[in-house]
Amino acid sequence: MKTKKSLLQRYAASPYMVWSVLFVIAPLLFVIYYAFTDRNGTFSFNNFSRMFSGETPKVFVISLAFAFVSTLICLIIAYPLAYSMIKTKKKTQNMLIMLFMLPMWMNFVLRTYAISFLLEDRGLINQLFTSIGLGQIKLINTSGAVIFGMIYNFLPYMLLPIYSVMSKMDKSLIEASEDLGCNRLHTLTKVILPLSIPGIVSGITMVFVPSVSTFYISQKLGPSDFTLIGDEIETEIKSAAGSYNYGSAISFVLMILIFICLIVMNKFSDEDAQGGMLV
Amino acid sequence: MRMENVLLRLENISVSFDDDLILNDISLEIKDKEFVTLLGPSGCGKTTTLRIIGGFVNPDAGNVYFNGVIMNDVPPYKRPVNTIFQKYALFPHLNVFENVAFGLRILKKPEKEIKQTVNEMLTLVNLSGFSTRNVSSLSGGQQQRVAIARALAVRPKILLLDEPLGALDLKLRKDMQVELKNIQQQLDITFIYVTHDQEEALSMSDTVVVMDNGCIQQIGSPLDIYNEPKNAFVADFIGESNILDAVMKEDYSVSFAGHIFKCLDSGFAEGEPADAVVRPEDIDLVEPEKGMLSGTVTSVTFRGVHFEIIVDIRGFKWMIQTTDYYPVGMSVGLVIGPDDIHIMKKSEYSGRFGDYSTYSDEIEELSENTEEEV
Repeated sequence: MKTKKSLLQRYAASPYMVWSVLFVIAPLLFVIYYAFTDRNGTFSFNNFSRMFSGETPKVFVISLAFAFVSTLICLIIAYPLAYSMIKTKKKTQNMLIMLFMLPMWMNFVLRTYAISFLLEDRGLINQLFTSIGLGQIKLINTSGAVIFGMIYNFLPYMLLPIYSVMSKMDKSLIEASEDLGCNRLHTLTKVILPLSIPGIVSGITMVFVPSVSTFYISQKLGPSDFTLIGDEIETEIKSAAGSYNYGSAISFVLMILIFICLIVMNKFSDEDAQGGMLV
Repeated sequence: MRMENVLLRLENISVSFDDDLILNDISLEIKDKEFVTLLGPSGCGKTTTLRIIGGFVNPDAGNVYFNGVIMNDVPPYKRPVNTIFQKYALFPHLNVFENVAFGLRILKKPEKEIKQTVNEMLTLVNLSGFSTRNVSSLSGGQQQRVAIARALAVRPKILLLDEPLGALDLKLRKDMQVELKNIQQQLDITFIYVTHDQEEALSMSDTVVVMDNGCIQQIGSPLDIYNEPKNAFVADFIGESNILDAVMKEDYSVSFAGHIFKCLDSGFAEGEPADAVVRPEDIDLVEPEKGMLSGTVTSVTFRGVHFEIIVDIRGFKWMIQTTDYYPVGMSVGLVIGPDDIHIMKKSEYSGRFGDYSTYSDEIEELSENTEEEV
């Protein structure tokens, strides 16, 4: 049976529909269109054959690997951090969250510049090392610097969802677990960890996706010939002979790769949560 | 009796949270296999007492002994007690079987034994066949049973129950009361039960501990507590009561409401002020001229088994329960026998619980609701 809806109810969602058609669906279709056409607009697989014959597959692998490492380190830092935060008083918790959020209010470009100043050969960290007699260490323009930049920029996205799941957890569950014989470690592994999986999953998603496609961090902090997939897309579109076609094709493949990664992860976490807990 | 040895002893326990004194020098002995109820209004410190026994709150002063051994610094997971939490606290990521098996798995029991114990426990709480169900798909009463099975599976010496039936409706609550009592007798272990429901306390317990304001007001059997309340608070909190300002004339003779009554109480000084309690169901109604006291009926409420009538006697509103109907405005006489009167020493509570002049159903319901929220 259909329930009658007022005019307002029926059309309330329409602005959002228009929005998503204009700015989500249409661009997606354009990306696909450009990916499968050449400069003249005729259908071709040339973009893909060029992609898989050149250096691009290697760049894909490197991008995914870097994103994987930085996501993993973010998780390793953020999880214990969130866990220790919920043990503190509410006031301290709010202050800590504030501290981790503050850098995010600053412009992304500025932040990355600041990191590069820190890591420079004559930067703050190397000055400190020299003064205590350790000598200068090559920090900037290394893979490590890229990873560091990713972690610094994306850590809050990992911390927030994990913290919010943990802080909403019913404290009596933790007491029940202690009551039933769990020490702190067992309580963590048997109760807190399984219950915080939804937070971990959204944290991983929110760090992994921007890490894979970042380009600015690698340009600013990485070695001079270092390219991630984001850089490749940018270079292609900016170049004199460039077009949207090749960049779109890379984008399209990247999208599929991210999609596969997320499906694998969701599948994995679903099993842990004994089905249906997430999504 | 089989409840001989003291299993748990609290000694001079005091606790404050943020400068609020929650427990003020509490001492309590609980015997093996006893069903003890901590009874009191919200904020009286009963839940805190339970949490101290469970190990979730550390007392600022005083000691907790288990079998004569001091237990203050023993963490909850090493104590031989288990808790039924107010909101059950079932693990949402585990099914019914795994919830009940939780404690056994921590103890690393062999799989076969786990299976057997869990099934035993689920049968005990009438939930066999629910093993694979998701806990969130269960009703409140069923979740409650899972919580009981989970706590009992690890064979605690003492089971702590924190207002376990508070969230259930009246009918279910009555059934569960009987069931809990059966389980306690079947397993032969100690239950420490926290509630603000005096009826629940009286019907289930071997011993009732009445608490208010962080202090124990009275410890005794349900009958003692009802028949011989120690002060005006206990008399008012347990059942209905008319509490009057009285003066002891001599042993076995007391004066209140302008009349001298015979009573069964002695040991007071001559002329000592005291509080007299007369339970509404103990008062007999007669014709006005034949009564010891006389007054006018001001309200009648039908309660099913009996009528509850309010009689105004020189400005003091008495509550009387009777199976006969008396219309509003009628003059009646009251007869009160010696064993209907209980005399209590004056206490800080004297004068706080007067007559039934402000009494109405509405107020009663309101106060009950606010209590249940906490």
